[in-house]
Parts: sequence; C-alpha cells; structure tokens
Amino acid sequence: MDKMQDIRRQTLALLVDNEPGVLSQIARLFSRKGYNIEAFAAGPTENPGVTRITIDVLADEPHTELLCNQLRKLYPVHSVKRLNTGNSIYRELMLIKVRADSSERRNDVIQLANIFRAQIIDVSLETLTLGMTGDAEKMDGLENIMNEFEVLEIARTGVVAIERGKATINDKSKESGEFNYGKNVL
Amino acid sequence: MKLTGAEILMECLLEQDTEVIFGYPGGTILNVYDTIVKYRDRIRHYLTAHEQGASHAADGYARSTGKVGVVFSTSGPGATNLTTGVATAYMDSSPVVFISCNVADNLIGKDSFQEVDSTGIMLPITKSNFQVTDVNRLADTVRKAFAIARSGRPGPVFIDILKNVTAETAEYEFIPRKDHKTTGALQTLYERNMADFRIPSIDEEDIDLLVKMIGESKKPMLICGGGVVRGRANEEFDRFANIVDAPTAITVMGGGGIAGRNPHVTGMIGMHGSQASNIACDNCDLLIAVGCRFSDRVALDPESFASQAKIVHIDIDRSEINKNVQTDHHIVGDAKEVLRMLNERLTQQDHTEWKKFVFSHPTETVYEEGGDTLTPKQVCETIARLVPADTIVSTDVGQHQMWAIQHFHFDYPGQLITSGGFGTMGFGLGAAIGAKVGNPDKTVIHIAGDGSFRMNCNELCTEQYYNIPVITFVFDNGTLGMVRQWQNLIYGKNFSETTLDRGPDFVKLAEAYGLHGRRVNNQKDLADAITDALECGEGYVIDCVLDMDEMVRPMVGGGDHITNFMKI
Repeated sequence: MDKMQDIRRQTLALLVDNEPGVLSQIARLFSRKGYNIEAFAAGPTENPGVTRITIDVLADEPHTELLCNQLRKLYPVHSVKRLNTGNSIYRELMLIKVRADSSERRNDVIQLANIFRAQIIDVSLETLTLGMTGDAEKMDGLENIMNEFEVLEIARTGVVAIERGKATINDKSKESGEFNYGKNVL
Repeated sequence: MKLTGAEILMECLLEQDTEVIFGYPGGTILNVYDTIVKYRDRIRHYLTAHEQGASHAADGYARSTGKVGVVFSTSGPGATNLTTGVATAYMDSSPVVFISCNVADNLIGKDSFQEVDSTGIMLPITKSNFQVTDVNRLADTVRKAFAIARSGRPGPVFIDILKNVTAETAEYEFIPRKDHKTTGALQTLYERNMADFRIPSIDEEDIDLLVKMIGESKKPMLICGGGVVRGRANEEFDRFANIVDAPTAITVMGGGGIAGRNPHVTGMIGMHGSQASNIACDNCDLLIAVGCRFSDRVALDPESFASQAKIVHIDIDRSEINKNVQTDHHIVGDAKEVLRMLNERLTQQDHTEWKKFVFSHPTETVYEEGGDTLTPKQVCETIARLVPADTIVSTDVGQHQMWAIQHFHFDYPGQLITSGGFGTMGFGLGAAIGAKVGNPDKTVIHIAGDGSFRMNCNELCTEQYYNIPVITFVFDNGTLGMVRQWQNLIYGKNFSETTLDRGPDFVKLAEAYGLHGRRVNNQKDLADAITDALECGEGYVIDCVLDMDEMVRPMVGGGDHITNFMKI
C-alpha cells in the first residue's frame, strides 16, 4: 500500500470519554502512525461524560481504515465513524477581523458580508469583525474576498459534521461488535 | 474501614491474588514501601538491581504463569527505567501492571526533583494508563487496570500514583474479584457493553464459512502465533492441526502453542524460517493464521506473501485484521473458543500428498558438525538432552535466540519466553528470574549471547540473594553475532563496532556475584557443566565459547520474497 495513493481529506467522528488525557491519547495516535491532523473540533454531547470529536486528516482509503481501527481499540473511545460529503452535513464557524477604517470600506465589507450571509458581530472605528457558519468551501470563499481588504485575524473552529437522515454514530454493526469483543474486560 | 492509599493499594493487590512484586524503592514510593512490610507474609517483594530488571522479571513471571505481573517503581528515573520493559511487554501482549508513584500534588508541574510526565511517556507503549490524584479513586483504578491488563488481547497497564495519595486515607471495602464488574468504572464499562452489544460472542456464520473453506482446500497451511500461547489454546490448536491435517508453521512468539514434536510442525516461518515453512507458505491455497500479526519478520513482503492462498486471520484484536496483510476472511474471538468451535464442526481431513511435498523440504537446518570447537547446534542439543523436558527457556535477542528456537521443541505455553516483537537485548536474565519465581518446581534456563548478557547481567545479584537457580548459557562468540551476520552478508564484511573483544570474564563475573561459573570449549565439558549446574541447585553461568562467524540459516532478507533464501 503506497501512502501517496489517492490521498484526500477524510473526516472522522468519534465519541470518547470526557477524561483527562484522552485528547492527547488520540492526537498522539495520529502522529505515531505518521499523520497530521488538519482540523480538530471537540465538544459535549447529549450524553454527559461523553465528548464528540471531529477530526480531518489527509490520508488514503486503506490507511484511514487502519487509523479508525486503531482508534476503536482505545478504551476511552466508544465509537468511530467515517463521514463523507455524500452522506453528511459539514459546518464550521469562522470569525474574521478586517481593517475597515473609512465609511467606504465599511460599506464594501458589509455588502460582501451580506452576500455570504455572514454577520457583523463587532465593530470599531478601524475594524469590522464578521462571523459566519458554513462548510469549508464557503469559509475559503469569504476569506479570499476579504483578503482584498486587510485581514487582521482569523479564528476557525474546525469542521463538525453529522450524518443526514436517521443514521447516527451510535448505530451498531458487526464490526463494532468485533471491536468490542477485544475490549470486553469481564 | 479507613486505610491509607498505600494500604489500599496493597489490599487491591490481594484482591487480585497477587503473590509477587518486583520493584525498586525511591523517594516518592516510600509510603508504599513502608506499608509493604505489613503484607510480607502474603505478598513477596523482590528487590532487583535495576528497574529494567524488575520489569522483565514481572514480564517473564506473567508469560510463564499466565497471571498478571506487578512492578513497583519510584518517579522520574524509576519510571523511565521501566520503559524498555513496558514496551517489551506491550509488543508481546504480556499482562503486567506497572505501578509508579509521582511527586505530591503541590510539586506536580514544577519540574521537581525526580518528576517526569510518566503517563505521557508510557502512553504509546501501554494498553491503558492512569494517574491517580484522588485517594478515593485509587481502588477503582487498580481494579480497572488489572481487568484491562488481563482481558482481550493482554498488555501492560501503567498506574501513576501521586505521593500524597499514598499517605491520605479513604474508606476501603474489600470486593472479591468476581464482583468487580458491578462496581465503579468497571460497572460503567460493563453496562456500556450490555447496552451496546450485549456480551460479545463469536460469529457462528464466520465459523461455518471457514469450515467450508477448509473442506474445499487442497493445500491448507496453519500458522501458530503468540495469541495461541497467550490464550493458552495449545490443546485446541494441536487438535485443529491434526483434524485439518495441515503443515503448521510456528512464529517466534508461537513457540509452545502446539506440541513441538507434532508431525505437522514445519518449524519457524519468516526471515529465519525453515525451508519447509516458507515454501509451504508460498504454495498453499489456504493459510489460516491464529493469533499472529503478520509482522515484517514473518510476512517479509506483504504483497507476495502467500500469494496463491486465501488468507484467513483468527485474532482477538480486530485492529490487527488487514493491518499488515490483506485477508480474505477473519474471525474475531478468543483463540481457545474459536478453535473449539471449529474442531467441533470439522471432519477429519486428509492431505497426504500436500504434506509429502512440504515435508520433502527440510524443517530443521542442517548445520555442519564442528571439529574441536563447539557449535551452536551442539550446545542446544546437549542442553536439550540433559535438562528435563518441561524446562522453561528464556532467551535474549540475536543469533542465540534463533538457534534456541530452531533447536528446542516447546510443548506448552510459557515454556519459551523471548522478546519477539520488541527484540529487547538484556531481556532474558530478568525474565528467567521471573519465570523461576513463578515456577519454582521447574528448571529454568537462560540462553544469552555475550552482547545481550553484558547488558543486564547485574541481575545476577537478584538471582544469588533470593537463591533463584537459573542456569545461564552464554553463547560467547565475542561479537554481536546477528549484527555481524548482516554486516557479513549485506554490508560487505565491514564489521563496524560489533566485535566484543573485551571483558568481563563471565566465569569470574558469576563468581563475583557469588554464583558458579564455568567456561566450556567442547561437548564433554559442556555436558559436565550442565550436570553440575542441575545438581548444585544454585545460579550457574556456563560460558560456551563459539566461533564468531557462525550464522543463523536459512535467512531471507527483510522485505524479500519468502522463498528467496540467501546463499550462506
């Protein structure tokens, strides 16, 4: 298996125990296997004590599967699911601060922001700060346009994703049963 | 009842039926060592010369007995000295719980004396690891650590306890091991299992499919891996090999997974595999690997490995499936249980023709008989002839390891103790000490090279002090033999930094430690020395002088096709 074949951006969704050290355990697994995390977002879920993590990584199909297998083996990891644009919705939040120190520039920025349905969330006499949610392409689009002005700072959350329809990350499969066999401590 | 953290730790070890601890005290673990004295009648502590020795001893104890080994160490250098032993246990799936104490919570994060982020260091080389910062969580964590170490695919677990936790008190209640699943963290895991997938079982359809594949196969072959040994599935595997009537190769870790003299055994497979094993692997139409992870020393070239065969992988760890070699079918489950189910459903097969082809190739290497000098083969044969049949063999890493595995026949799990995955030189002496502690009625021998032995020979003092009679055979060829072999074959005989033309004199060294030592140059002296060592019942070092240019044969280069034997 050649690592350079068919490399593309892969999105993994994980449910993990909310415990100290779990994040570093997961991050270390990627670096140990030779992968760089492109985006990482973590937050609470409907289940107290369980954190959902969304990770973007550049990898080919077979190696993504191996990464998922290694993740599933960790005790704090409840489930791992690979998501793709065909079956899932992606969202990200971007905050972008641009220089707008004249009324003309302010108007230009506000007009463009409206086209992107970005919101003006902070204003000063020298700057405007926009907030926008959307998928990665939309983020890149706004960023490119705003580069025409002077971008002072950008903060992005990293992408989160969820499957369309009734499918969830908790769905059982033969494979998840096989992983749980190895984790059976009883 | 209210107990200190140190007492709770010891009580928890009693819950786990721990009888033996290998360890080394130090500043942060003093509270625990202060308490050990009260438990002396129930738990024996062995003080080693070095934490690494303790880690290998606990590993050897775990591998030979099937119980969980326990190690104590202090913070900082104590914890880092364990790491080689932890990684060794991790690569070979050996259940050991390593317990280290760290500085107190008021000193954590201040680069205090002997402080190190030990859980961070242990992260990639343990199955799981925990830092205990609250005495009320201590008992629960220890219970969870032991359950994880011994369950599924076993492995090392590391617990880091802050010094203040060992002094603080908490309510402790004895809970028998069978009830652990209904308390604390294990209860959470148990309930999660119950809710998510009930208690997992082996898929019957997978079993039936394999039975069908075996029925259709004309040229089946089996690989006995370390999982058969860890799962203590040797009887089931033996029966399986007989029913399928298939040639069976053994990996380094699989020694003892099938009776060594079962007529189906073709010897080792892979880099130093026998011709019979490697040629069978290249020609079979069905390859069933049990508890083996197709490491680069077995599946040298994963693309061309068993290219004519359907590959079936039986393993307890789902993440091993399709990791190194693409498989056609797999069964996830405990080897003992899977093989029992298969044996029940299979009818006796007959592959006489196929076996005739496979066994027309040598299963053992024919080495030239030495003249006046001793050869590795003679040493192994003389040992095998004189020691009891159930002798436990512990090895270091290198040529002597391969020779020992090629020449000895291992009959039960835990009879061969060797660092297969991590390849840790210096593993053997500590491991032999641990094995002898766990099996006082058996003879334990330690096969070492002069390079490996020099690394951790300090543990001879442990052997002497506690009177743990291990017989060490040093395959003394005055060189790092395996590295020299590669230099000889691949690096144009540029013997860079591998010649060990230096001390110590191993006979004098043994004597300095209060043990017996003897140097032998021929078979008769060797036989005399072995007889003497067996009779005296004390630690013994036999320095076997060998030629430095002896090689391990056959050999296939790393990444090469499995039948592409080098001309040596």
